[in-house]
Amino acid sequence: MISAVSKPSLWTGLIAGLGLAVLFVLSLAVGVSPLPLNKVLSDPEAMQLLAVSRLPRTFAAVLCGAGLAIAGLIMQTLSRNRFVEPATAGTAQSAELGILLVTLLFPAAALWVKTLVAGGAALVGTSVFLATAHRLPPQQPFLVPLFGIVYGGVIGAVATFAAWQADLLQFLSVWTNGEFSGVLRGRYELLWIAALMVAVAWIVADRLTIMALGREASIGLGIDYARMMQIGLVIVSVITALAVVIVGMIPFVGLAVPNIVSRLMGDNVRGTLGWVAAGGAGLVLACDIAGRLLRYPYEIPVGTVMGVVGGAVFLWLLFRRGGHG
Amino acid sequence: MADRRLHGLGLAALAAAAAFLAIGLKGNIAFVLELRLLKLAALVQVGVAIAVSTVIFQTVTGNRILTPSIMGLDALYLFGQMLLVFLLGGVGYVTLDPQLKFGLEVVLLMGLACALLLPMLRSRLDMGLMLLAGVVFGVLFRSLQSLLARLIDPNEFAVVQSASFANFNAVRTDLLVFAAIVTVVALIIAWRARHVLDVISLGPDAAMGLGVSWAGTVTGLLLLVSALVAVSTALVGPVAFFGLLVAALAERIVNSRRHAVLLPAAGLTGIVVLVGGQTLFQHALGNATALGVVIEFVGGLIFLLLLVLGSRK
Amino acid sequence: MIRIENVSFKHRATPILSDISLDIPKGGVVALIGPNGAGKSTLLSLVARLQPLQAGVISVDGLPVDTTPSRDLAKVLAILRQDTTIASRLRVRELVGFGRFPHGRGRLTQEDDAIVDAAVAQFDLTDLSDRFIETLSGGQRQRALVAMAFAQDTDYLLLDEPLNNLDMYYARALMRSLRSVADANGKTVVIVLHDINQASAHADRIVAMKSGRIIADGTPGEILTPDMLDTVFGFRMRVETIEGKPFALHQL
Repeated sequence: MISAVSKPSLWTGLIAGLGLAVLFVLSLAVGVSPLPLNKVLSDPEAMQLLAVSRLPRTFAAVLCGAGLAIAGLIMQTLSRNRFVEPATAGTAQSAELGILLVTLLFPAAALWVKTLVAGGAALVGTSVFLATAHRLPPQQPFLVPLFGIVYGGVIGAVATFAAWQADLLQFLSVWTNGEFSGVLRGRYELLWIAALMVAVAWIVADRLTIMALGREASIGLGIDYARMMQIGLVIVSVITALAVVIVGMIPFVGLAVPNIVSRLMGDNVRGTLGWVAAGGAGLVLACDIAGRLLRYPYEIPVGTVMGVVGGAVFLWLLFRRGGHG
Repeated sequence: MADRRLHGLGLAALAAAAAFLAIGLKGNIAFVLELRLLKLAALVQVGVAIAVSTVIFQTVTGNRILTPSIMGLDALYLFGQMLLVFLLGGVGYVTLDPQLKFGLEVVLLMGLACALLLPMLRSRLDMGLMLLAGVVFGVLFRSLQSLLARLIDPNEFAVVQSASFANFNAVRTDLLVFAAIVTVVALIIAWRARHVLDVISLGPDAAMGLGVSWAGTVTGLLLLVSALVAVSTALVGPVAFFGLLVAALAERIVNSRRHAVLLPAAGLTGIVVLVGGQTLFQHALGNATALGVVIEFVGGLIFLLLLVLGSRK
Repeated sequence: MIRIENVSFKHRATPILSDISLDIPKGGVVALIGPNGAGKSTLLSLVARLQPLQAGVISVDGLPVDTTPSRDLAKVLAILRQDTTIASRLRVRELVGFGRFPHGRGRLTQEDDAIVDAAVAQFDLTDLSDRFIETLSGGQRQRALVAMAFAQDTDYLLLDEPLNNLDMYYARALMRSLRSVADANGKTVVIVLHDINQASAHADRIVAMKSGRIIADGTPGEILTPDMLDTVFGFRMRVETIEGKPFALHQL
């Protein structure tokens, strides 16, 4: 909202935009069957490949990255803790459990029904997490993410057990480990809802910034704290459920990107939201491209690459901060 | 009082072992019995190794909710295993003698664990920070491990396959003898160090004041813990919360943090829970593979409970 | 006017406030004083609808605080709680700017900008306005929070021990600022104070609380007497009059 300060220069924006564009084009070009970009328009086969596989895959990476980064940002705002994100707060695991149960009970349900159920489960799981997180003492900020990780682990254990009994472990691993290689036209379009959620976050950006100041400051400024909490929860749950159902969970995006952006530009969500979304999209695109190139022509799932990259970034953030205080 | 409870635990462990061997015995009795004895030996080792390593680890780090596996040690072991495959090549790894391989892995884990944990302990980090870092290390190593696995063999990474849960039903009996040597040596050292452990539990300052060399002792204890974790992980796979469950139970039962009592109590509790649980699941519930998941679930809940209750004080 | 009628409040089984009734007419500075645990902060937070009312009625300018939309109340009443912690990385001017949120829902008009600038200047924050809150000292942070409450520009301003962390210079400056907005703009300031001499020097009226009840209510001259202070705080102190205002020498 306050435009006079904290706006990064036009150049920074241009360079970032250019970087994202380069990644986007790279993602279109890299793959098992070569796609010479200069011939796309003349070669119908290449055109087909682009439209059916590469473009959907690239869009999916951008949407997932941007969405999960924003979901992380909102989780950190709602829990007032910098080390929380959907993958470490039981959100993703609840979504996995939800889609597993609906797959067990109604195997024939449409994808959007499954997504809806996964979203509902994520909502419940995250609400329980937040209710508990607010009871943990604020002087010990590391307890909250720790609680979240183990809480997610317990829900994950239930899901694994259920999947094991029903011989669905294969499916579960598809949902728990993000991978874009299966993304084709006609199978990823629901992900555009994530973009819608990012737009909703943009609309309530100022309120999110105020939420981070705490309950009392929010009420003092006339914000309906409980309702904003619900809106935030819905955004997080929907984005996470979409990611889990369509490509599988990608860890650490929601953690690393908002933290780095906060370091560089502060926490005024109106000013940082675009950067967080772009950063998430760029990071996931880059990891997906790396996953395609590391062991060419085989692919390494983006979830695995991100586990390594994001884990290292998280530890760096942790000890950087630990060194300060 | 504590002694009586210790005896009780010993009897319970014996009863569990007897039940494990005897229930449902039929067919070729000698053959089945031999098989069961082998498995029993493995389970006892795993139970004792995890329990004792957890108690020592908690003492060294001065925290009741830390366990080696929460700090990512078993993930580190699997990562080390994968690193060996990566360095030796899949074929070289497979042709290696399993005992030698295991020995290499144990040494590798000891080295990696010390390299990672000692600096953290030295700098006396905030406990919450350390826990969180450990959990993230775990995720990082698991990801690194599966990344390495994909790099080695993108089609079928079956050379080293890691389950997400320990499977107490399918133990690696081929490593049993070698693992037993490691376990017994580690246990003897731990038992002889029981009084030093009592001093260490007072914290670095008090321990040094009482003339215990903190850095040296803690390094030695960490090596010990690493060896025990390597044994259990090699035999059954990673367990996240079993150690926590057993250590918390044992302390409740004997109501003491004196290591002369706590170490045997924890070991016996480990045997009771693991062997008894396996018997129960195998015969009464008819689903032997489920024990690992159930232990993780219950242990995880206990962890959350300790976290929330402990922070209320 | 703030009207508090028969308000009681319990935390679990412990009574915090017992049957409080108090009218605070528009305009002027009212100081709430009393020993620790008297219920001053709770009363303030109930008026500011930060906690749900359990018994009794509170209204501000005729708006009942428990049923009026929070957003409407935020244009009438601003609250600053004690020890507000800000974990967000926000710049000083951004934080103060959020005081305007109830009015524009995030869009700052030129008029809003002018009000924010004035609040920033009033509390000597102009040089700090691009600094992140976390880099400020405790006193500077407190001034930024007070400026934010000022920028909300409401008729009623509730402050819970705002002098915490402030040095003598800024404590005096804040009290004089409060005095001047009350005199010049007809605002109503309700302030919890520990320093009874600040109350005497700058408030029109002092309300003394103890054990969840109001035990005295009057001008500084009526409240700052050795007998009355003994009743409220439990010990006798000398009271001297300087320039027509009573001051308690409670350090002796």
